[in-house]
Amino acid sequence: MMAVLIFAVSVVTLLMFFVSYCRSLMAASSRHLLSAEVRDVTGIHDLPTARDYAKVMQLLQLCPERPEDRTGLRAVSLYYDILQVTQQSIARLMPQLRIWTETERAGCANFAAVALDRCIAFNREILAREGEF
Amino acid sequence: MRSMPGLLATVIFYLGTAFELSFVVCSLQKKSFVRYFFLNLYFILTLASSVVRRFSLSHYGVRSYEYWYAYFYSDAILTLALYIALISLYSRVFGELRFSRYVRFSAVLLLLGTAAFSYAVVAQSEDRLATNFVYEMSQNLYFVGLVLTYVLWGAILKLGETRTRVVQIVLSLGLYFSAYAASYALVNFAEKYSVVSFLGPVVSCLLPLSWTVTMWRHSEEARLVPARLVAVPR
Repeated sequence: MMAVLIFAVSVVTLLMFFVSYCRSLMAASSRHLLSAEVRDVTGIHDLPTARDYAKVMQLLQLCPERPEDRTGLRAVSLYYDILQVTQQSIARLMPQLRIWTETERAGCANFAAVALDRCIAFNREILAREGEF
Repeated sequence: MRSMPGLLATVIFYLGTAFELSFVVCSLQKKSFVRYFFLNLYFILTLASSVVRRFSLSHYGVRSYEYWYAYFYSDAILTLALYIALISLYSRVFGELRFSRYVRFSAVLLLLGTAAFSYAVVAQSEDRLATNFVYEMSQNLYFVGLVLTYVLWGAILKLGETRTRVVQIVLSLGLYFSAYAASYALVNFAEKYSVVSFLGPVVSCLLPLSWTVTMWRHSEEARLVPARLVAVPR
């Protein structure tokens, strides 16, 4: 009984820290302005929305990822999946939660778009270096 | 007969060791070794304890007293090192308010209180008093660490801490403590599933990994907007 209680409390704190950790990852890239190139390729003209996430992730798979973005992207992808499940289940009954999950998913899309932007810049840099040789 | 760990346990062990080493190397490369000295010290001690445990495991086996003593005594030292690392993070967060001295004083008091409580719990047992004390102290200090991390996160939100590295290091620590406590509880009520015994070591790999990523990705000058950390805007 005690073990079940400890498990339940730990899972709740784990979720709380996980949400905050993902938000801190997203906040760290929120000031980044997307390049015109990424805007063109993704079709994002203003701010990314939740719907842009899948498209941006598909483009990211085509681009060799930067090692330093890998762990963050995995964490945010997991966060996005949790948000999607929440939106399709309990958020249907709670309009406030639905709005919140939608905003958070848009944040995930922005994080992915920034990662794509950095990825393109990184690959361009590698190509430029190879051109020098 | 000596019992040796399986392939998966060995892979997790080497992966964890590689991540711990990568944090120390990354700190040196980013010239942040002294700034985050106690975090580095924790991983250096973890690496040293891995060597000692591996040595006693290969020479005496997993069921030997030698391995048992090496495991629990090194675990106590590591818990103490993690506690000191956590207090160093407190000093960083409260440093600008000039509360560092009070933080250190409170940390020593809390440590002595935990030691006294642990001694009171094991004082009745006549055999292996020192070992029982070390085990009890380690568990209690771990619980204190979990609560302190939670309090530190509350302080970060309240004080509007903006340093990306500090925020992400504290959050990773909170994730580690919560996930480790969950895996520990899971082992107690679902021990028939062998997979749960690997959860603890896997969780231990994630702390050095996330700290390394933080150190690698963000400079000391990197800042974030504190309002964005709060899940529900106030």
